[in-house]
Amino acid sequence: MTGPLLLGVRHHGPGSARAVRAALDAADPPAVLVEGPPEGDALLPLAAAEGMRPPVALLVHAANDPGRSAFWPFAAFSPEWVAIRWALARGVPVRFVDLPAAHLLAADEAAGAEVGGGGAHGREAARIDPLRALAHAAGHDDPERWWEDVVEHRGAAGDPLAPFAALGEAMSALREAHGDGGRPRDALREAHMRLSLRAARREFGDAVAVVCGAWHVPALARTVPVGADRALLKGLPRVRTEAGWVPWTHRRLARSSGYGAGVTSPGWYGHLFTAPDRPVERWMTRVAGLLREEGRTVSPAEVIEAVRLADALAAVRGRPLAGLGETTDAVRAVMCDGSDLPLRLVADRLVVGDVLGEVPEDAPAVPLQRDLTRLQRRLRLRPEAAGRTLELDLRRDNDAARSRLLHRLRLLGVDWGEPAAGRAGTGTFRETWSVRWRPELSVKVAEAGVWGTTVEEAASARAVASARAAASLHQVAGLVEQCLLGGLADALPVVVSALADRAALDSDVGRLADALPALARSLRYGDVRATDTAALARAATGLAERVCVGLPPACTGLGAEAAAAMRARIDAVHTAVGLLPGEGGTTGRWWTVLRGLAARDTVPGEIRGRAFRLLLDGGHLAEGEAARAMALALSRAAPPAEAAGWIEGFAGGASGGGLLLLHDERLLALVDGWLASVPPDAFTAVLPLLRRTFAAYEAGVRRSLGELVGRGPAAVGRTPGALPPDGFGASTDADRADAVLPVLHLLLGTDRTAAGPAGAGHHEHAEATG
Amino acid sequence: MTVPATAPDTPAAAEPAPGGVLRPHAEEAFAAELAALAARDDRRRPPNWRLSPWAVATYLLGGTLPDGTVITPKYVGPRRVVEVAVATLATDRALLLLGVPGTAKTWVSEHLAAAVSGDSTLLVQGTAGTPEESVRYGWDYARLLARGPSRQALVPSPVMRAMAEGMTARVEELTRIPADVQDGLITLLSEKTLPIPELGQEVQAVPGFNLIATANDRDRGVNDLSSALRRRFNTVVLPLPATPEEEVDIVARRVGQIGRSLDLPSSGGLEEIRRVVTVFRELREGVSADGRTRLKSPSGTLSTAEAISVVTGGLALAAHFGDGVLRPRDLAAGLRGAVVRDQAADRAAWQEYLETVVREREGWKDLYRACREADG
Repeated sequence: MTGPLLLGVRHHGPGSARAVRAALDAADPPAVLVEGPPEGDALLPLAAAEGMRPPVALLVHAANDPGRSAFWPFAAFSPEWVAIRWALARGVPVRFVDLPAAHLLAADEAAGAEVGGGGAHGREAARIDPLRALAHAAGHDDPERWWEDVVEHRGAAGDPLAPFAALGEAMSALREAHGDGGRPRDALREAHMRLSLRAARREFGDAVAVVCGAWHVPALARTVPVGADRALLKGLPRVRTEAGWVPWTHRRLARSSGYGAGVTSPGWYGHLFTAPDRPVERWMTRVAGLLREEGRTVSPAEVIEAVRLADALAAVRGRPLAGLGETTDAVRAVMCDGSDLPLRLVADRLVVGDVLGEVPEDAPAVPLQRDLTRLQRRLRLRPEAAGRTLELDLRRDNDAARSRLLHRLRLLGVDWGEPAAGRAGTGTFRETWSVRWRPELSVKVAEAGVWGTTVEEAASARAVASARAAASLHQVAGLVEQCLLGGLADALPVVVSALADRAALDSDVGRLADALPALARSLRYGDVRATDTAALARAATGLAERVCVGLPPACTGLGAEAAAAMRARIDAVHTAVGLLPGEGGTTGRWWTVLRGLAARDTVPGEIRGRAFRLLLDGGHLAEGEAARAMALALSRAAPPAEAAGWIEGFAGGASGGGLLLLHDERLLALVDGWLASVPPDAFTAVLPLLRRTFAAYEAGVRRSLGELVGRGPAAVGRTPGALPPDGFGASTDADRADAVLPVLHLLLGTDRTAAGPAGAGHHEHAEATG
Repeated sequence: MTVPATAPDTPAAAEPAPGGVLRPHAEEAFAAELAALAARDDRRRPPNWRLSPWAVATYLLGGTLPDGTVITPKYVGPRRVVEVAVATLATDRALLLLGVPGTAKTWVSEHLAAAVSGDSTLLVQGTAGTPEESVRYGWDYARLLARGPSRQALVPSPVMRAMAEGMTARVEELTRIPADVQDGLITLLSEKTLPIPELGQEVQAVPGFNLIATANDRDRGVNDLSSALRRRFNTVVLPLPATPEEEVDIVARRVGQIGRSLDLPSSGGLEEIRRVVTVFRELREGVSADGRTRLKSPSGTLSTAEAISVVTGGLALAAHFGDGVLRPRDLAAGLRGAVVRDQAADRAAWQEYLETVVREREGWKDLYRACREADG
């Protein structure tokens, strides 16, 4: 035959791939040209290397900026991959012929546009979709389905070259009607392809084969003067580039954003490509296997029925063969009882699939590693095998950037630095790390290359993926914190919305309450690091609202241990709620919740006491209410164990309860009176709890309390001011109190002259609440 | 109650049949369309089918024939649902239509039977008291005693007649039928034969026989299908109305009809209906209408039929105890009742919903206050 063999394909089309292999076998061309960036030519032999397993992507990025990059992904069922492997296996020369990525990246730089791999394979919405136009001409709504029907699902029969000829004609007709279809850059690309084709024909003869998008076939078949093509390409801007292979995943192939040629069902295409025959039957068997693994009973009879239904559906819809749509509908109706839930599993595991590509060890370094090296140099943070401790002051730019880098690497599983316990009380602007570079970390960096080309991009992608996959609310809350620490502003909104979703569905108040403190902390970090935290604040407030709604029912009917755990949670939530920003609506609700808890009889004494104490500390109790409530809780009708729990909750532990008792003698009198009234047998039962309560007080407080109580009920029970305890005067010494004021003003930074009346006010207030 | 939820206003309702029945069968009401389809249908028809599967799907989904005959859509919803249902019948598998009340299960089943067999009357209306005779056969005892067992004394069930004549039988509310009667269907569906031991005979199904069952998948306390029976069916779940507008439209229409028959004043209220539908949809789907807040779904069905009864209940309250205008306080108690079925879990879900969505929403303050009051 005369002229080159032009094989028009759909990128990632298994039928195209099969047809390309058959056509190459039949024609046996002296050289194979593939649509792709010529920068990858040197890397082509690696495609046949031992450790190379698709899906992989050819990556070209600007040498000085790994963030500016373009990908050409290949799956096992990509026609381009099949052609490359065919050529390498036979020792036939193979080359990429597309416009060099150097121009593409330079053009994108000029336009300031986001760079995607779309340059090579893209079909943007604004452009004419050639397949859509063809499908409409054939009377089909869905171009993908039409293409599958006429090309991908077609059996391998007849002349292997005929379909390409027919497709070429159809595309010629389309291009006559639509011109460049709204893709001006195609003119440049096709000019470059024509020039490369011409050079190849001079070198290898006329029978060379070209594998390219079907759309380009008419342009390559056209004869254009060499001069015109050269003129078109003259003076194009270019940047210095570097290229490499990176492992890819089916999931990223399925990603529609950024990669125009994204396919939604790589797993299904892979199946179509690898299944030797009866694809629908084999698919149904795999689906049944997966569902059985997940614990559903699927009988062989159901597999048969599913196949029959898929075929019947194809007939109703007028398709030659059952496609993914038909098989999915059949699986839903026959194996899943019409439910979409198990179907989602099938879509996730089989239709998309978990296939992860591999790249040989000796492949050039991934751009992520290069970016890391660059960052290490810039931040003066060299990878050293000897461990050392790094003190970072986040107020300094360089240290803040170092901290972000270490946090991002941790997100990527590259534990170069581990957070270490810093000096006590260092505050939020200091961080202590112990850093040590281990050789295996290089491997981790290479593995992380699948997430992106720069550390920031990769960490963001990883965080988003983890947030979507995370099993527990707690994990997502942790991720939020990590995102803030790593300064991943792009990932944060996604992670926060994942958090909000999970919080809404979680019905365990305990877990919600556990997640809240981390969030509140994150908000404060965000402030220190000047991150925009509005969305996070919303999520945290939402979480707090849910805790407020769910907490009261969750506090009833608890055993002793559960009550203690819940009390700790209430403390944590109380602190967290105080950190939340906003107009205070949430705080108001929280006080209402505490009030409800304190008053409800079915709530364990420990929690009631704690709630009361928090209300008291917050100044939300009226004069005398604490004493009244305590009297009520400790009254004779209350079981001693409950009452002891109340005391533990109210005054227990390290919360300063001892001082409270010391200073409000009415409360102490109540405790004392209650203790004296506990019957002997019950006393033994409550003793351990009481001991725990009072043993946690500081020694000084314990001694003073002891002395106070030692004077007997009369001394304890007297009204304030009657007889002072040891070391205290009979009444307040106004002069001595005034002497403290200047120092207080100095400490608080308040204005001395204005403080006179205000100070008096404070004094009254203190009396009123104390 | 079955509301033809996603079915449009039917011409049948507008023009009473000559005989003057309240509601003619589908094959009578749409005889002209069926005839036109049969005349144009040149595709392969399964044995004993009146139409090809493609034509059956067109009959349900609507379309225009080459000669300009307009086929009205009987089912407004995803195409896929009808296509799977028709393909199921074409593979002689039994079809189970599942869905909450108000998703047009019965409606679809009737029209499928009318289009496939030209007869939608071979019907078993399932109840807790449905005896085995209504899915197998019974006896005319007078004749049985007088002449002894014979085919003349046998009273065939609709299912048996469908088997003998190659027609489509229908079973309504399959899950209400007692489990032992359901079991009678298992071998019948797999062996396609019905032995009559009293006569030493059997009825073998001829091609074209099939069975369409409908069931409510969210009602608890009914006779759940055994897995053995479930395996005999292909299951198609009929979805709830896809868009809020569709659902508002359905609710408003039904409320109007019921209101007239109860002699309630129909005072506007479309805005309140929209709110009720929004609340139902948001809770059912577990996400707020703007897609930004995820919500807990309560355990109740929250079907369109329930939304209708909440609104009619509110209307009755407004008419008899209020000022005749539907207001949030008339709806609040009904809403809470429909949402909170399980006191613990649903109550939390409802309160969370009120606090996180209703309270924040522009112009919903009155509804929020009314619901908070109703919540006590």
